[in-house]
Amino acid sequence: MVLIMADELVKIDHMTKKYDENTIIEDLSLTIHEGEVVVIVGPSGCGKSTLLRCINGLEPIQGGSITFRGESIDGKSKHINEIRQRIGMVFQSYELFPHKTILQNITLAPIMVQKRKKGEVEKEAEELLSRVGLLEKKDSFPRQLSGGQKQRVAIVRALCMHPEVLLFDEVTAALDPEMVREVLEVLLSLAEQGRTMVIVTHEMSFAKAVADRVVFLDHGEIVEEGRPVDFFEHPKTERAQKFLNTFTYDKVEKAK
Amino acid sequence: MIMSWEIMRAYLPLYAKALLLVLKIGWIGIALAILIGVGCSMIRHFKIPVLQRLVSVYIELFRNTPLLVQLFFLYFGLPKLGLDIDAEVCGALGLALLGGAYMAEAFRSGLEAVEPIQMESALSLGMSRRQAFLHVVLPQAISISVPAFVANIIFLIKETSVFSAISLMDLMFTAKDLIGLYYKTGECLTLLVIFYLIILLPVSIVGSLVERRLRYAGFGD
Ligand SMILES: Nc1ncnc2c1ncn2[C@@H]1O[C@H](COP(=O)(O)OP(=O)(O)OP(=O)(O)O)[C@@H](O)[C@H]1O
Ligand SMILES: [Mg+2]
Repeated sequence: MVLIMADELVKIDHMTKKYDENTIIEDLSLTIHEGEVVVIVGPSGCGKSTLLRCINGLEPIQGGSITFRGESIDGKSKHINEIRQRIGMVFQSYELFPHKTILQNITLAPIMVQKRKKGEVEKEAEELLSRVGLLEKKDSFPRQLSGGQKQRVAIVRALCMHPEVLLFDEVTAALDPEMVREVLEVLLSLAEQGRTMVIVTHEMSFAKAVADRVVFLDHGEIVEEGRPVDFFEHPKTERAQKFLNTFTYDKVEKAK
Repeated sequence: MIMSWEIMRAYLPLYAKALLLVLKIGWIGIALAILIGVGCSMIRHFKIPVLQRLVSVYIELFRNTPLLVQLFFLYFGLPKLGLDIDAEVCGALGLALLGGAYMAEAFRSGLEAVEPIQMESALSLGMSRRQAFLHVVLPQAISISVPAFVANIIFLIKETSVFSAISLMDLMFTAKDLIGLYYKTGECLTLLVIFYLIILLPVSIVGSLVERRLRYAGFGD
């Protein structure tokens, strides 16, 4: 029996995730509280994406439990569709629906899944689009947008479902450098609004700015976690120090 | 070679009749082929036990034997089993079975071309698997398969030229017959080409228009 506190939104309890015989995540426990921004960092292949996919019930787990407000998250359960409506997810590769316009991309699920009124949903979608500066694109198709614009639409699409927590998986990793900022600014403003978010990113200065808590994952386990100032200025473990060092460059000594 | 317009005009009604026959059988056969193809590819896509095996056998069997042989089996074989079959029904059936196997493959590659993460992205918005399949995966798969569908339709119409083997008065039969009777080879062959073009050019043109309209689903970026 897992005890759930009132402000605990997502509770991962001694979770194990394997692909066949390969253990990707072992005995991981992590709790996301309401209003908290948790940033997950770690080397490539350490299991960050896998962790987010498990939280959304897209991957079965082999041990432990994941709950959302006390309800078990299980991709095979009947309630999963209802739970997923309350968990927003944004993918690295946007995953907009190419055959639908921007507006239809955003309104499809609220109308079909939540049975909301078309007019009301469209009005909200337009409001959200104008907030990210993309209202004039509402009748365009995804292929007509830049990567940064597509990613902002993907965020709006998730927001329009009124999720209680948002999961972001390296949402700027596929973007050209000049577009990274426009997307990260949207995330920063969401954080200011007090939204609960779990963000996987390789943008360390952004992580430092947005996080309430940083979780450092390596080989599928949480090696270190704490406030961003502590983690980035004074990492306690050697693995975290080594990881952070990969983001700084020593001056090149040029031979005269 | 000098060709006589008079002769060609005189033959026209016979060709027109053959054209109507090809259109009639072709339309029914192709419509059935699409139904069979979509049905079979769904069975394979959702990995329905037993049926999935049968579908694979059917597809390999019909894709790897000539239409002529299939028609012979239907036309001369079925009566031996006590099933009398009309030549026209036989033609449509043969076309449907051959076409179904090709359409199934075309539609399956369309379904496979839609990245699984599109399904996941729909699921993450709270859609059920059914909703995600119908509204997100299927429309993309269809538009990806359209070029292959059009190519198959053209292929199937061309295959109707073997219908004469089961004594259907198709275009090929008409041409051969007239040549045999009056030796007006040039006129007969010219008309044959013209009539195939009358059927196939519109299919190609409409096909490429549809393709252009649906091209949006071909890529994610
Ligand atoms: N479908 C799968 N089948 C088998 N192994 C997988 C699968 N998906 C991921 N893995 C493995 O699981 C491990 C963790 O992958 P994951 O994608 O979660 O890493 P990540 O931390 O997100 O990396 P990156 O920073 O490169 O995105 C990797 O070793 C990967 O090879
Ligand atoms: Mg990843």
